Amino acid sequence: MTTLDYIQIIVFFSVLTGLTPILGNFMYKVFTGQKHFMLPVLGWLEKLTYRFSGINTLKESDWKSYTFSLLLFNFSGFVFLFLIQLFQSYLPLNPANLPDVSWHSAFNTAVSFMTNTNWQGYAGETTLSYFVQMIGLTVQNFVSASTGLAVILALIRGLSNKSSEKLGNFWVDLTRSTLYVLLPLSILLSVTLAGQGVVQNFKTYDTVQTLEGTEQILPMGPAASQIAVKQLGTNGGGFFNANSSHPFENPTPFSNFLEMLAILLIPAAFTFTYGKMVGSVKQGWTIFTAMLIMLLAGLSISLYAEYQANPIFGNHALMEGKETRFGITNSVLWATSTTAASNGSVNAMHDSLSPVSGMIAMINIMLGEIIFGGVGAGMYGMIIFVILTVFIAGLMVGRTPEYLGKKIQAFEVQMAIIAVLLPNLVILVFSAWASVTHQGLSSLNDTGPHGLSEILYAYSSAAGNNGSAFAGLNANTVFYNLTLGIGMLIGRFGVIIPVLAIAGSLGKKMITPTSSGTFRTDNWLFIGLLISVILIVGGLTYFPALSLGPVVEHILMNQNITF
Amino acid sequence: MYPLFVTGIAQLVFPAKANGSLILKDTKLIGSVLIGQQFDSAIYFSSRPSAISYNPLPSGASNSGPTNLKLKTAFYDRKSDFIRVNLLDSLTEIPAEMLFASASGLDPHITPRAALLQVERIAAARGLSSVQKDMVNKEIKKLTEKPQFSIFGEERINVLNLNIVLDKISATDHLQN
Repeated sequence: MTTLDYIQIIVFFSVLTGLTPILGNFMYKVFTGQKHFMLPVLGWLEKLTYRFSGINTLKESDWKSYTFSLLLFNFSGFVFLFLIQLFQSYLPLNPANLPDVSWHSAFNTAVSFMTNTNWQGYAGETTLSYFVQMIGLTVQNFVSASTGLAVILALIRGLSNKSSEKLGNFWVDLTRSTLYVLLPLSILLSVTLAGQGVVQNFKTYDTVQTLEGTEQILPMGPAASQIAVKQLGTNGGGFFNANSSHPFENPTPFSNFLEMLAILLIPAAFTFTYGKMVGSVKQGWTIFTAMLIMLLAGLSISLYAEYQANPIFGNHALMEGKETRFGITNSVLWATSTTAASNGSVNAMHDSLSPVSGMIAMINIMLGEIIFGGVGAGMYGMIIFVILTVFIAGLMVGRTPEYLGKKIQAFEVQMAIIAVLLPNLVILVFSAWASVTHQGLSSLNDTGPHGLSEILYAYSSAAGNNGSAFAGLNANTVFYNLTLGIGMLIGRFGVIIPVLAIAGSLGKKMITPTSSGTFRTDNWLFIGLLISVILIVGGLTYFPALSLGPVVEHILMNQNITF
Repeated sequence: MYPLFVTGIAQLVFPAKANGSLILKDTKLIGSVLIGQQFDSAIYFSSRPSAISYNPLPSGASNSGPTNLKLKTAFYDRKSDFIRVNLLDSLTEIPAEMLFASASGLDPHITPRAALLQVERIAAARGLSSVQKDMVNKEIKKLTEKPQFSIFGEERINVLNLNIVLDKISATDHLQN
């Protein structure tokens, strides 16, 4: 690595940390209904939305009706997206005359975009029309991220309520997240990206005659607007097949920097919002620090591994599946960020990363994407681990566990365990199933231990709602489209529902005032405990599977063995 | 509404870039600065290997893992080809991007070193004079893009731009001679 590589990494994390309190404070104002500078600009649109859809903004709901609204909204989004794919050839804005999508691929994509996974089972430029990309995918990019924010907002209200069942209004949270947070940031980012060369038009595909006289057809479309929100909303589903390695999606190193920053921006800033909303900024920074430490640890290991020579290829830098303009450092920094957050966009092909770097990406996802994590989703996933940590620490010192003055009891811990175990179950059971059946194995691109890694990565990505892939696996088959789709549903709602149940149960409890006997949750000791619990509970589950995949591959690679 | 709004602004402020940074030559589209092209002929600088042979429908990579035998074979084939075609010493270190396929399959860049290694072969194939060869070497220096704002990304050179300039160098000097 050169000095410039280190500088790029330092600049990246400095800007991220610097923007955290600024955006965090803005989101605090938005979500607590205070005055903020976007209100005069977009306030009319918020009011119009409520009037148009007949929402009573004053009505707050308990956890059951909040969950019901959320599920209803997501289900209708799914049905709509499923149908417009099935009938895209009859719909407008299809200049490339793309045919209707197959039912299983449409199911997979609809589930995937509703659950904020944005797994790319399809190749954008040869599968989906501009209409589906815009009206279907872009819209779900916004609202699936807003759904994540709505869940964490309900959880925060549960934590800070004084004996009340009310968790707020789902429709208000959804509208405000979309209008004031995602929309302005997306407009700003998409216009900047267009200035770097990302395409944004409604033209038919251009045909050019290359210098050597062959024909090359250049796909076009409204890409910048979708890419901005795919990055900001931790979505990750690309406009083109090659995702953010495609020069039309990510043309320059600066566009790369902005897109990378956008991956972590909202999740990082939300830790600050969280701190303010629960009444102690320090609580927010504690969680931010724990997340940052884990991210940097993963990044260091991954960079070290990727810069090591692979004996199979002599001393050459490993540029397979990487772009010249980004090089190794920016590719690894992206790979680590996109899997830590539940983004899943890529600027280099994860399948071709060195075994250890690929494993770090997988571990980031398997831990539940709580290292900053998805918009909203990373934060509520982290609170699950905070609850477990408080519980375990409480058991060790023999005191009733409390978090922010709320007693943590059997029900909360049961729900937290369900939220941690369900995604684990999906990953291990489905991977095992795919590894022993013909439908599972016939899709592999690589054999040997790397084949197992491809399968394991796919189900981790689905259950963690990440969406990135070891893309050698041909996942556009009935078997994978269905099992991955089901995995995404369990990974999303198998966490959201327990989280909302916890919010409902905590909301009803009284807040115990802090005393000298209270277990502190805003110091370095707690950060250490939290990270240990995450690694033990989240990490050890996968140790056996990882040893058979990337670990074995690493050892064989060093012995110059190929498959 | 949002994509339409963004399209409006983008088309107004950055019309060329929002439309794909296309290159026109005598009213004919010959490509996009951002999208790499396949160059097989000895008279042009070669682009990187591509899993899709630079056909953008759809874009993509080999997705070969680090212990894939096919990748190993391709790697050593590309290496010996590059050395043979460019008449290099077998111990010359070949830049990695010429041996590994890119992520998008459309990577428009190579490193300046990879360009310099190809100059002799191109000069021979085109019958360039030593003056013209110097001009080519100078153009490589001129077209080299440094890290953006001196911070972001890697040093690189756009192959399509370089080849367009190369055609010009051949043509103008031909007239002067």
